[in-house]
Order: sequence, then C-alpha cells, then structure tokens
Amino acid sequence: MGAEEVPSVPFSSNAMDNADYTDTELVHAVRKALASVQNGDTDDYSQLKTVMCHKDYSDFDAVANYDFDAVAQLETVLRILSVSVACIDVVHHEDLLRTIFGMSLWFQKPNVMDALVGLIISLAVISGKYLDPCLNMLISNFIQPNFKHEVSQTQLVKKKQEVLPRVHVALHKISYLIPLAPSKLVPILAQNMPSIYEKGPSVVTYVDNLLKLENSSIGKVVGSVILMMVMERMRDLDLEIGCDDILQDDSNRGMFDMELEDAVESTMNEGDEFPVGDLKQNTSGGNVVSELLDKLMVLFFDHLESCQNSGRLDEVFEILFQSFENYILNTYRSKFSQFLMFYACSLDPEYCGVRFASKLLDIYLSRNKPRLTRMSAVAYLASYLSRGKFLPASFVASMLKRLVDDCAEYCKTCNDDVKPEAHQVFYSGCQAILYVLCFQMRSILDIPRFQLQLTSLESILSHKLNPLMVCLPSVVSEFLKQAKAGGLFIVSEAFIFDDLHESELSRAFGGFERLDTFFPFDPCLLKMSSSYISPNFNFWLMEKTTYEEDDDDELCDEVIVNGDADSEEDCDDDVELDSEMNKMFVTPKHSFMQETERLLKMPSRIRPSTSPPESFLI
Amino acid sequence: MEGLKLSEAELMIYIHPSKSRNVFQAICRELSSLLFQYNETFDGVLLAYDATVKSKQAKILAGLHPYFGVRVNTRLLLFDPKPKSFVEGKIVKISPESIHVIVLGFSAAVITDVDIREEFKYRVRDGEGSFVSRSHKRHALKLGTMLRLQVQSFDEEVMHIAGSLLPENTGCVKWLENKSEEALHTDRDHKRRKIA
Repeated sequence: MGAEEVPSVPFSSNAMDNADYTDTELVHAVRKALASVQNGDTDDYSQLKTVMCHKDYSDFDAVANYDFDAVAQLETVLRILSVSVACIDVVHHEDLLRTIFGMSLWFQKPNVMDALVGLIISLAVISGKYLDPCLNMLISNFIQPNFKHEVSQTQLVKKKQEVLPRVHVALHKISYLIPLAPSKLVPILAQNMPSIYEKGPSVVTYVDNLLKLENSSIGKVVGSVILMMVMERMRDLDLEIGCDDILQDDSNRGMFDMELEDAVESTMNEGDEFPVGDLKQNTSGGNVVSELLDKLMVLFFDHLESCQNSGRLDEVFEILFQSFENYILNTYRSKFSQFLMFYACSLDPEYCGVRFASKLLDIYLSRNKPRLTRMSAVAYLASYLSRGKFLPASFVASMLKRLVDDCAEYCKTCNDDVKPEAHQVFYSGCQAILYVLCFQMRSILDIPRFQLQLTSLESILSHKLNPLMVCLPSVVSEFLKQAKAGGLFIVSEAFIFDDLHESELSRAFGGFERLDTFFPFDPCLLKMSSSYISPNFNFWLMEKTTYEEDDDDELCDEVIVNGDADSEEDCDDDVELDSEMNKMFVTPKHSFMQETERLLKMPSRIRPSTSPPESFLI
Repeated sequence: MEGLKLSEAELMIYIHPSKSRNVFQAICRELSSLLFQYNETFDGVLLAYDATVKSKQAKILAGLHPYFGVRVNTRLLLFDPKPKSFVEGKIVKISPESIHVIVLGFSAAVITDVDIREEFKYRVRDGEGSFVSRSHKRHALKLGTMLRLQVQSFDEEVMHIAGSLLPENTGCVKWLENKSEEALHTDRDHKRRKIA
C-alpha cells in the first residue's frame, strides 16, 4: 500500500466503546467491516449501518434532543468511508449505499454535510457505476424537504446558504474529475424537477439553482436544456392562469383607451406608472399560480441581467429564442412568458433587440413556415415594435418598410377580392403594419425619410383585397384617425365601425385561434415582473398620437377626398418632400362612387382635403 | 499511446425527407450524434470522423416516412482501450487512496492504492500530495504529471478507466522516456567498448 498518511478524522473519544482507537486503526476497522461481508460475517457491518441510519438531525431540533455522540460518530464514519470507497462493493454493500444516497444534506449539521459531500464526490469518481446515483443525490438536495417542526424564515435562509453552495461545489468538483459528468446531469435535472402540480417554494428554489448552474462552467453542456426546461415550465404555469383570473377593471374599455391609471398627472414619473388591472385575488388556484409565475419570471430576469453583466447574453439569447420558438410562439394563450424575450431585448437593444425583431420578420417572410406560425410571428413583431421603448424609430421604420414591401409585392401578384380566409397571412401582415403605426405614427412622420419608406402603403390599402375592411376595426379606426391627423393620407371610403372592437371579417381572417385579436405584448399584469418591464415599455398614451384629446370633436369618421379615380398608379407622383404638405391621396376605385352619393347627404363637418388639420401644425 | 485507432467504414446513413435540402449537413448531424459514445459496431468510442458521400444516388425506404439511405465513406478515429493496453493522461487529483487521471481530455481514469506498485510512496510536500519512487528519487507523480497507466477495465457508459501502475513501464511519461533514452545510450556505449 502506498498510503502512509491518513487524513485526520474528527474523533470524539466518548463516542466509541474503545476510546483508545487511533485514526489509522479506525480506518482499518471500517475497512475490515466492509470486507467481512463477503465472508458472510456481518456483525461489524451491521454496526456500521446502525451508525449511518441514525435519526435525521438539523439545527432546528431542540438542543435537548440532540445526540452529540451519534452525530460525531456519523461524521467520523462518513469521513472514513470517503477514503475507503475502493473497498465498497456495489453488490455486497447495497444497503449501505442505499442509505448513503438517501441521506439529505438539509437534515445535517455543516460538518456532517462536508463529510457526506466528500463521500459522494469520492464515490462518484471511483467508479462509473456510482456516478448517476451520486449526481441524483446531489440534485435532489436542490429541493428543500418537509421539516417535522416549524421553521422560521431566517432559519430556512441560513440552511439554504449552508446546503446549496455545497451542492454546487460538489457538482463542479465531480465535473472537473469526470469531464463527461455534465452530460449525465441532463436527464437527472429533468427527472428531479418538481411536478407541475407542485406550486410551493420548492419550485422557485429548484429553478433558482438550475439558473445558477446555467451560469457556471457546467452550463456549457447543460445550459440550453436548462433554459428550455424553465421556459417550458413557465409556459405551462402561464396556461394555467385562466383569462377569468385577469381582472379587467372595465370590460368596455377599448383597445386604445388609456392604459395608465393616472397618466394625466404631471407629477408622475416613468417609474411610477404601472398597468391597470391586477390579477384577481379570489380564485385560489389562479392566484397561487400567478404568484409562482411572477416569482419565476423575476428569477429569470435577474439571471438575464447577470448574463448581460458577464457578457454572455448574446449566446444565451440564441437558446432563448429557440425555446421561444418551440414553446411560446405558437401558444396563443401565453400571456406573460413572452416577456422574458422582451426583457432580454431591453437589456441589449443593439444586438438582442434587433435580432428578435429580425428573426420574427424572417419567420413571417419565410414561405416554408406554417401559416399559423407566420401569423403569430408577425403579431409578435407588431406588438414588440410598438411596445419596445428601447427600439429606435429608425429601426422600427426599417422593419415596417420590409413588411410594407412584402405586402405590396403580394398585392401586385394577387387579383382577388376581399376573402379573409384565403389571404390570412397577408391580412395579419397588414394589421401588423397598422398596429405599429398606431403607436409610432408620430415618430415616423417626424422624419420625412422614414415616411418615404412607406410609400407602398397606400397601394396596399387601396387594393381590391381591402385590408382596411378586414383588419380589426379598432385598429383600423385608430390608424385612420391618426393618419388623417398626421396628414399621412386621407381615405375616401367610409369606415363606420361604431366603436366595434372586432367584426365578422376580422374574425374570419383571425381564424379559430383568433389571431386578429392577438397582441402578445400588451401590458404585463404580474406585479413584480411588470416593475422590471415598465421602464422599457411603451404604454398607450394619447399624447403620443398625432392627434390630441381636445381634437376629438373635430374628427369625424367619414371624410371625402377629391381625387382621381385612377390615382392608384400615379400616387407616387403626388408625394412631395415638403413635410408639412406631405399628403397622399387614396381613392379606392370600387367604393368611391357608392360612398360619395351617400355622404353627400350627410350634414357632417367635412374637411377640405388640401388643408392640413390644425392639430398637425403643433 | 495505445487505444486509439483509425478505421475506415462504409456506412449507410438514413435521412429524414425534411433534411433533403442539405444532405451533407444531415449526414454530419447523424455522425455527430454518435460522438463521445461507445459504439458496438465500430468497437470503440467515436472521437472524430471524416465523411465523403460516395454516390449521389440514394435508396428510399418504403414506409410511413420515406427515409432515404445515403452511402457514405468515412474515416473514424476511435478510442478503444482494451484491458492490458497502455494509455496516457494528466493527473488531476492525488490522494493517499487514489490517483485520478484524465485521458484525452474526456475519459476519467482512476488508480486505487492497491494498484500502485510498492515502489511508490505517498508524500506530502508544501501542502501537495505526490507519489515518489523509493528507488528513483526523480521519479515523482504530482498534479499535472503526464502518467502512463495500464488499463484494467473500461466502463463504456461513462468512459471510465480503471487503471493500474503495477507494471514496471508505467509511471511518469517524461521520466520513463528519459530512462529509455539513457538505456539506449548505455547500450551504444557498451557496444562501442565491445567493438573497441
């Protein structure tokens, strides 16, 4: 034997019967006990097992119940076993191994924790047979057990700080000695994840530790799986929160009504604003789930922030987007999970922010993708471009241009009339353009060259397919209001919607999934998460439109424009570079004659088409 | 170092129709999924491969999903440490009971104290443990030393090698090579003297 020195083993002289044993003698005694099993002599071995199978102790137990001797014995035996792992046989010492793997760090004092962790590491590296059970035992300690007695919050926090770092250190030590260990960790992490029915703090602790692992060197192997697992769980919880649980304070509130409670107050700062409506407090199921989801989202937000600080957000973003595409993009009832992407983009607008929009646009433009995926992607894009405060107007304009160009291209090749079901993707693209312009019209119009990028827009809106008729009425009316006020163009066809939120035609293009009313980045209703999101979120504000509240009385739904019936083709020639007089005339051929007759009878305030509205000249 | 071999294989790789746009990428994907895993067919752990498509014609399998089979000529680098063969690796942990070595950066090898020959004695110097030869003081096994060991068994699932330092030609690679060079020089000297 090459061994000369034996690591010092803390030894309580009162514990053992024969107090005169030295460390070396103890080691030999234990090894002898292990070896004797093979000869059929199990007395010593049974004694050994008794020491191991002691009552679970922790700091929470009353001092009077605490058997110091037993704990010291346990620590001694664990330390001796960790230097004698070569003597442990997987068959003959099966019950001993089962005991070891069944022990929980949460029930031990710190010095016993160290001894147990040392034993686990030694077992893991001595033979491939023990690797999986060792990793499993360590990962299971990510979940706090049920304690027999009441445990205060401070005690729990202290215990967590003792247990969890030790687990992480052990995992790293094992990975260092066995390079392929992280790949073995992947299925174990999935198996130990608390079930979907578990809504307690254990889920939060487990996810917290998963994210810590992702951020470590082990994360190079397991990171992508971890992010996918967490996103999938968050999506599942999201789906459990029913729409009934989300309290809308006014069910008649229109889509473009005020989203801020007291937005008019001049003393409010950006940080003070929060979305209207909070999750219902009464439904026992709904509240617990939303609270849990809120906590998980905050954990993830903090994790993304730390990734950003360590400079790895762009590589994490790729996996994030993949998970988003797999789990969230096609899940229409997902209400909050998508904000993970929003937050990641807000942390790094130049890379992640741009990449997210570009990838969504690529999905929309790709003819190979399924129809529903494309429609969903463009809905996400529209909501994102509208709500992302961190996105520069130039970028929004360039994205819009690509959308507009694609829709215009579609119009050129299409000779159909209004048929919502046949051109769903096209209509969703148009609605996306209109929606973004509802939010960003002012900033686009402020800079002439952005406006120029949208010259094809009128050819789309005046096409036979008539997107203004098919798209969601509330979006269309708001768009027209702003377009008129902003002087973008004035539409001759009357669109009387009577404050309708949706219509038959919009339902037809939206389909069963109701993608016509799908605005995924509408304000987040989770309390804690929204405090992270709000600073970078564009709430709907009247001041940001091209008109203002006091001008409502001047606006009317119906307007007539005198223009050429054939002006569709040469509309481009009408465009002037003068920002004030920049107007385009849109005269849909087929409706012009019908509507003119009707409107001539109306005693409405009709604005002459050539003069800009006063509100625009601010 | 033994245990590494280069094999040439003619494989038939079946590819899903959705991957037909970029067949070579699909082939690489399939082969990459076999990396660092023991494969019975190849009789070893696949470490690296080099694939060339033999013919552009592929055979379509009849079935629910018409996979098509592409003939590929490959050169495979395989790791297959048979018992009694010798491998080399870097020492990453030394304790009185065992030496832990990493072979080729991915395979963990362990030599327990019973498999370390009597020649070596465990010593602690400057807080670091090492095994030093009793007969040759310069022959020391420390953290970071490249070690040659004999394979006793190989666990294919975890790529775990149980090793042994019992044979005389195991130990620190550098020292062993120096020793063999010296022996060569001494031989030459002897021969010269003999001739002279």
